[in-house]
Amino acid sequence: MDFKKTKGLTDAPLHYCPGCTHGIIHRLVAESLEELGVLDRTVGVASVGCSVFTYNYFNCDMVQAAHGRAPAVATGIKRARPDDIVFTYQGDGDLAAIGTAETVHSAARNENITIIFVNNAIYGMTGGQMAPTTLPNQITQTSPYGRDVTVVGYPVKVCEMLSQVDGASYVERVAVNNVKNIMKAKKAIKKAFQNQIEGKGFSLIEVLSTCPTNWGKSPADAIKWLDDNMATYYPLGVYKDKEATKND
Amino acid sequence: MAEKVLMKGNEALAEAAITAGCRHYFGYPITPQTEVAAYMAKRMPKIGGTFLQAESEVAAINMVLGAAAAGVRSMTSSSSPGISLKSEGISYMAGCDVPAVIVNVERGGPGLGGIQPSQSDYFQATKGGGHGDYHLIVLAPASVQEMYSLTIKGFEIADNYRIPTMILTDGTIGQMMEPVSLDAVEVKQFDKPWSACGQRGRDHRNIINSLSLKPEELEQWNFDRYKRYEIVKEKEVMYEEFMMDDAEVCIVAFGIAARVSKNAIVEARKQGIKVGMIRPITLWPFPEKALKAAAEKCKAFVSVELSMGQMIDDVKLAIECKKPVLLCNRTGGMIMSPDEVVAKIVEASKM
Amino acid sequence: MAKVTFNEDRCKGCGLCVTACPKKLVQLSNRMNSKGYHPAEITNQEACIGCASCAIMCPDTVITVQMK
Repeated sequence: MDFKKTKGLTDAPLHYCPGCTHGIIHRLVAESLEELGVLDRTVGVASVGCSVFTYNYFNCDMVQAAHGRAPAVATGIKRARPDDIVFTYQGDGDLAAIGTAETVHSAARNENITIIFVNNAIYGMTGGQMAPTTLPNQITQTSPYGRDVTVVGYPVKVCEMLSQVDGASYVERVAVNNVKNIMKAKKAIKKAFQNQIEGKGFSLIEVLSTCPTNWGKSPADAIKWLDDNMATYYPLGVYKDKEATKND
Repeated sequence: MAEKVLMKGNEALAEAAITAGCRHYFGYPITPQTEVAAYMAKRMPKIGGTFLQAESEVAAINMVLGAAAAGVRSMTSSSSPGISLKSEGISYMAGCDVPAVIVNVERGGPGLGGIQPSQSDYFQATKGGGHGDYHLIVLAPASVQEMYSLTIKGFEIADNYRIPTMILTDGTIGQMMEPVSLDAVEVKQFDKPWSACGQRGRDHRNIINSLSLKPEELEQWNFDRYKRYEIVKEKEVMYEEFMMDDAEVCIVAFGIAARVSKNAIVEARKQGIKVGMIRPITLWPFPEKALKAAAEKCKAFVSVELSMGQMIDDVKLAIECKKPVLLCNRTGGMIMSPDEVVAKIVEASKM
Repeated sequence: MAKVTFNEDRCKGCGLCVTACPKKLVQLSNRMNSKGYHPAEITNQEACIGCASCAIMCPDTVITVQMK
């Protein structure tokens, strides 16, 4: 098959560490927007964390949001410009800790936006602190003896949680740990944007991603750690699809 | 002249926003501003606008940021504790030069405080409020009519300079009913070629952003913003002078405190005291030149405010501490009586 | 027949393409690129089946695949 860089990405080199799978997810989002022919009417919302600079990478208009507030900013944009395609690109700290309220309520409103949620079980930008999605016993800078669930509680499973929100239209968890899963992730992301084009409402795609640097692993070992640990705690699959339920 | 209608201050303000072309209002209930949200909830769906009750003040201000970044006129309203929550978003709006109108119908504080009128968010409103180097343009209505006219002005001035603008009022002005003339007014609209609304053939991407990790660049952004602030200071200062021609004592008061002061001035003049008032209508920029000029001829000043004394600092700065400045204040939701102001005027007249 | 090209200066030498190639045709070079990384390269262009697995796995869109 032919493969070349999508027009959905600018030429700016990504600032991510070697082997960080953020870059793959960027590409899947950008390819989806290009293939759906909507780049020219898309507004992306950058969040806070490693993905803070996404406004340099996606080849469309962009707005930088405060930590956790991207879904609220996206709501404002979408309400102002209903014909625009509006998406947020958020990490786990941003979406599942400080931005929990904005996430849940944009889902409850079935806001016609697309959320790309990158879950790598750690705060990357600030140097590897415990995230809301850090696994039990996982060692981070702020859980140096491993995440003790009796002290700091359990990881938040975003897709499972949102599957219980009536408003949410489409919620799926994917991973970018191998070629087959990347193809599946692409399909999910593209569907999430297609849903928005068709006015079907809130879509969130959670993407399990790696953080080799802060996990203290080589890129290949990080992929293996994702396979062995994250993918078992956070099972892949469709958690909510109103359309599919309707057709059953 | 068009007929006048009897309206609450908060309703006049909401109607003014609609007249100004605001079709995107995002709010959250809090006393004593809830009439604004209720009015918008009723009106917006009928005119093709958006009223959205957000999950929090934090979300509401960020929805305003999003809508305004996309190039439309947008507004939120709240009261003191809610404005504290919005301060994060307001700082971001200032940082990425996104214009919108933020309404603070003040109540007593700090903390949860009370629900009675106050002016104790003066520092928060005029000195920034959130983090970083920035100002809001702050307009202070003293009547229901001004709630209408200054809200329209607020949208114009915000768009013109790309500076978020605050209507700083209080529970009394918000809740009181007065006749208002909703005369058709010419509302200025501004092109927003900078807005993030989809490229649609534009040859460059628009990015709304307040982040720069290069200190030289961030410093330059701040310098550029402060150059615009200088223009605002030069061109947009508004104030009212009341009986200042022969005044020896000058009251400085805004909003509801200015209305109480007017009664006190009339009363004090009956006692033969030459007293007048400068009422700042823009709290930022503050009418420094007018006060400095007044300091040439007045022997004392009285800052009348519903706080422990916040504006008084700006009065002293404006007159370069050349004349004594007394404070006549109530706080916590209490309002001074005209007699209390008269007593301060008498004291000032003897200085 | 497929032609695989690497935009070497953008490569961070993470090696994910190396593990993704089903034919084990990709390796990290001994050279260094302008960023100081050992860039990925293809060892046997002729043997490439053009599946683009390397390109799909690459986080930095370094790789272009053209079918001839």
